[in-house]
Amino acid sequence: MKSVNKHSQPKRLLLKSFTFLLFFAMSFSVQAQDAVDTERQAEGRKLFKSLCSSCHKLDKKFVGPALGNVLERREADWLISWIKDNNALRASGDADAIAIFEEYNGSPMSSFPMLSDKNIEDILYYTTVGDPKKAAAAASGAQATVAVEKEASPWLIYILIAVIVVGVLIVASLLKIISELKGAPKTPGIASNLKDIWIGFKKNAFLHVLLVIFLALTSAYVGFGLLSGVGVDKGYMPIQEIAFSHKIHSGDNKIDCQYCHSSAKHSKTSGIPSANVCMNCHKNISEVSEDTKMDYNGAVYGKNELDKEIAKLYDAAGWDPENLEYTGETKPIKWVRVHNLPDFAYFNHSQHVTVGGQKCQTCHGPVETMDEVYQFSPLTMGWCIDCHKETKVDVNGNEYYTKIHEELSKKYGVETVTVAQLGGKECGKCHY
Amino acid sequence: MNNFTKITFALVAFLSIVSCGDKRSRSVQYMPDMYVSVPYEPNGETGINGEPSNLKPVEGSVARGQVPYDYPNTNDGYDAALKNLKSPLEKNDENLAKGKVMYGIYCATCHGTKGDGNGVLAQREKFNGVPNYKDRAITEGSTYHVIMYGRNLMGSHSSQLTIAERWQIVHYVDKLRNDLLK
Repeated sequence: MKSVNKHSQPKRLLLKSFTFLLFFAMSFSVQAQDAVDTERQAEGRKLFKSLCSSCHKLDKKFVGPALGNVLERREADWLISWIKDNNALRASGDADAIAIFEEYNGSPMSSFPMLSDKNIEDILYYTTVGDPKKAAAAASGAQATVAVEKEASPWLIYILIAVIVVGVLIVASLLKIISELKGAPKTPGIASNLKDIWIGFKKNAFLHVLLVIFLALTSAYVGFGLLSGVGVDKGYMPIQEIAFSHKIHSGDNKIDCQYCHSSAKHSKTSGIPSANVCMNCHKNISEVSEDTKMDYNGAVYGKNELDKEIAKLYDAAGWDPENLEYTGETKPIKWVRVHNLPDFAYFNHSQHVTVGGQKCQTCHGPVETMDEVYQFSPLTMGWCIDCHKETKVDVNGNEYYTKIHEELSKKYGVETVTVAQLGGKECGKCHY
Repeated sequence: MNNFTKITFALVAFLSIVSCGDKRSRSVQYMPDMYVSVPYEPNGETGINGEPSNLKPVEGSVARGQVPYDYPNTNDGYDAALKNLKSPLEKNDENLAKGKVMYGIYCATCHGTKGDGNGVLAQREKFNGVPNYKDRAITEGSTYHVIMYGRNLMGSHSSQLTIAERWQIVHYVDKLRNDLLK
């Protein structure tokens, strides 16, 4: 055995040096394939992202033309003078400069006199070589391994459980057979056991009474629970037309609730944002980043699916992502309402958000962690009243009512009055 | 035996019918006509003649409390606003404080809390090329104009803000820009 495993000394050396050579050659060839000056690339990318990318993309037309491989189409010197001061270039009567200005409907590009020639050359270098690739490849590799791990773990547990259960059953039946072989009397089956219990039960009147009381209490408990659930939609999570994730928007990207639900501060309703509010960002963001994910209706939506969801928004807003213009053909997005107070209860968002200074999360729960929104609170009257009883009213800076507040706190013997003490428990406040 | 099985069956059937905990549908409503509003509701699907009730107002109509904005959405309009448009609001601490709150909600995600163009969306590279206020020759008039109509990548924010709120934000942007220029 030993002699087979061990190679002779020179053979081992040869093998080692060969693998080393192979490895070295491979790494060298990788380097040779994309010999990118990463420093210049990074510098150019930084400048491009901060200065140019609000109007230009590498791969497609945006506010301005696409800039990928722009050096194949224009001279570097022309580009440098255009970027530094395109107004001056146009004024000098340069035909190309005037043509491109006309092509983009005379929308002027900002001048960048602060950029040095070296800066501009770095930017142009970046437009030629593009984004660094290795990082992206590594990231997708890491993602793949994560996915594999996630898939593997539940199966392993199921198999383990099945093996244990089968093992226990085999051992139990073996033990039983052994004891029967040793001469123990055959154990009676479950069926005959149950029959004995049933006969005993039929004869015992006390047990009958107990059973009736038990059934009456259980049905009262269950019935009361069911009836109090009528009209209460806590946990209601309807399927929406567009797989919109509040987690991505307000959790990961920290967009304020009121950015989209802007009427909450002035109006009874918090408002569903119209598509133009979505387009404030999505005019620019037509696809999600590689690692964006959301749970939607039991499935995990990745980049492929989510890009289609953004396309649905474009369809509704009438935005043509190819030509970057509105077609004028819009159609409403039919969002399904999650929170619905009965019509007989009056609720006003501005009263709670602006006047009361309540956080949205107080009633709506941690929406910033929800991929699909569900109703967090029961929205029952008891729930409203509980909060009104506990919440202290901030009376600072409200001089008009100072006297009333003082009298009320004297009457109730408290420092600051609660909403309920201010009348937040009166029927007519919400039901009229 | 018969009684027992019957009761069990009845209980199981009763429970399975009424206790459907389906999160995709609403629970049973008692007297649904008390839940659903008879008047049209905002964002409702049905409205006048089956049309949604939250459509745009008739062209040319001015909502209560609104003042028409006369500068057109063109380069010339921008230049005119840059030169001529002045804030009708008094520059005081109250307006500045309100402007700060509004700025935090509507602007800071991209422009950054300091106005240096380094908001969360810029940091996460969702939105690139957000300018630093100090790099742009902006006035209160041009800031207001851009909030009204948007410019380049920025969209119009007029639908989310009232006139007073826009000017409060303008005051705060002015302050941020002066701080950055120091």
